[in-house]
Amino acid sequence: MSEAATDERTGGLRPRAHVLPWRIALWSGFVLAIICAALISSGFGTFKTPYDSIVKLWLSPFFPDLAFGIDDTISYIVIHVRLARICLAFMVGCALALAGTVYQGVLLNPLADPFTLGISTGAAFGASIAILLGLGSLHFFGVSALPAAAFAGALLALYLVYLLGSQEGRIQIVTVVLAGIIVSTFLSAMISLIKSLNEESVSTIVFWIMGSLSGKSWAHVMLILPYIIIGGGAICCFTRELDLLGLGDIQAQQLGVNVSRVRFWMLLMASMVTASAVAVSGIIGFVGLVIPHLARLAIGPRHKLLIPAAALCGGLLVLVSDTIARTILPGGEEIPVGVVTAIIGGPFFCFLLLRRKKQLHLQ
Amino acid sequence: MLPSSAQKKTAPPAVNVSELHCGYSGNEVLKGVSFSVGSGEFVGILGPNGAGKSTLVLALSGIVPAIGGQIEILGTGVERLSLRERARRMAVIAQESDMRFPFSCREVVEMGRYPHRKRWRMETPDDAEAVEKALCLTDTAKLGERSIGAVSGGERQRVLMAKSLAQQTPIIVLDEATSAMDINRKLQIFKVLAKLNLEKNLTVLAVSHDINLAALFCRRMVFLKEGLIEADGPTEEVLTEQVLEKIYETRVVVREIEAAGKRQVFFLP
Repeated sequence: MSEAATDERTGGLRPRAHVLPWRIALWSGFVLAIICAALISSGFGTFKTPYDSIVKLWLSPFFPDLAFGIDDTISYIVIHVRLARICLAFMVGCALALAGTVYQGVLLNPLADPFTLGISTGAAFGASIAILLGLGSLHFFGVSALPAAAFAGALLALYLVYLLGSQEGRIQIVTVVLAGIIVSTFLSAMISLIKSLNEESVSTIVFWIMGSLSGKSWAHVMLILPYIIIGGGAICCFTRELDLLGLGDIQAQQLGVNVSRVRFWMLLMASMVTASAVAVSGIIGFVGLVIPHLARLAIGPRHKLLIPAAALCGGLLVLVSDTIARTILPGGEEIPVGVVTAIIGGPFFCFLLLRRKKQLHLQ
Repeated sequence: MLPSSAQKKTAPPAVNVSELHCGYSGNEVLKGVSFSVGSGEFVGILGPNGAGKSTLVLALSGIVPAIGGQIEILGTGVERLSLRERARRMAVIAQESDMRFPFSCREVVEMGRYPHRKRWRMETPDDAEAVEKALCLTDTAKLGERSIGAVSGGERQRVLMAKSLAQQTPIIVLDEATSAMDINRKLQIFKVLAKLNLEKNLTVLAVSHDINLAALFCRRMVFLKEGLIEADGPTEEVLTEQVLEKIYETRVVVREIEAAGKRQVFFLP
């Protein structure tokens, strides 16, 4: 008996050792792809910048000699315009994919994401009200009021969705997305109302609904960085609990998971991360929905690996989408980045759905 | 019953339920249930539908709070145990998993180690050993890398069984946990439990519909009916035609099966 057990044990462990090298390859592939995408994206734009100066400028913080002799305009555009925007796009994508993964894991609904749950719209609603009241540029202790207002709006939406989508304190897996769509539609209408009340801020508010990273700087990166670090860090602390929630509430609790507490904190953290992303970029759809599925396909359902993988993929997707959004029109105008993610994400989601259907038929 | 009553003096009972009232929003399901299970007992909890068996399991695992009365697990009131501590004392094997993500069977079994692992601690050799043992005992090692959603109902129940064995608790509660298995698998699983019961002094509470399976393995039977205990005692005393006819309100024949040395029950129309 004991011999059989040890046999099984080595037999069980061997495939894992096998998995490790290709897993390292996968992760370095991710990172490499992101760096390449960022580099290529830096060279795109109406103002031409040669790639050798981009690389030199990127490395100049470590090797100051390299930046010598590069034109100041190029240096400003590469570092303060394009790199800032690339970083911001990446972080917004990370945030949305992170939030989507958590929503799907916590609510056990494959269609849950910041957008379908109405959290993004709630955040945009909060931000719109702040702009209407002229609080958009206010700061408290160096923290801008805008993400705080967005977070408040996101919490309002979360509360409404919870209220509509649960029975006797338990979230109903099917109704929660319906509730999200209702809340989202209602709050969109409210945003339109605010828009018509205040003609002056129309252009600022339109951007919330469409999603755009136009004209963003390092200040915006710094604005959302703390939220993403805190939210992402908290989420990473709960990866095992997120795995166990997949067993269903009762079995998770029987294994010692405090289900309601984990659910509460994870929804709160995901909503905070969403709100910070919406505060700087508006509503960008499909990233939070598609990326968790894609990452789960690539790396499996364990949240310990899924969460970082989804964050990296989401960052990459928004980075690429934003590059397309700002360069695809020949005249130099931009299209909203949300349009690009929807065009890329929509068909891909159809593919996932069909694939899933096929799997179900096979069973 | 002698060994367990002798142990009672030294150690607290594995599970002690006294005057338990329990239910959902105004509907009282358990109406004053009391019983005590000593360490190392193998008890079947039986009864017709709606008798309160599932509610009892949920109350034991602290999910449905008691309205009145008390539950003690290894001497501590269930409301004073942290969820993790409770999960280190008692494992519950469910009937079905509605796992929505494609975790592999091995990953599901590894989840059984959750109450033993600290947050940032990596998997220890103890964890790995417990998982391998559980996979081996339930004959699920070869399902290892397959998705939990892609195996059959009976196989899934064996994986859930392995998950609970990996939890390495002194008490195991089965909640209809073998309902979808083939007969030979059911017997095999119960044989494993009987062996652990004998060798490791594992306390087993088997909640089941299957009287005849329980009759083969349980040394004691507790019958619930309409939220009350109708009969409780050693199998050979409780498993009689008079008792069963009263509980199930139908004609019953109980026969001694010589080949097994056990009783079996036949319900007549």
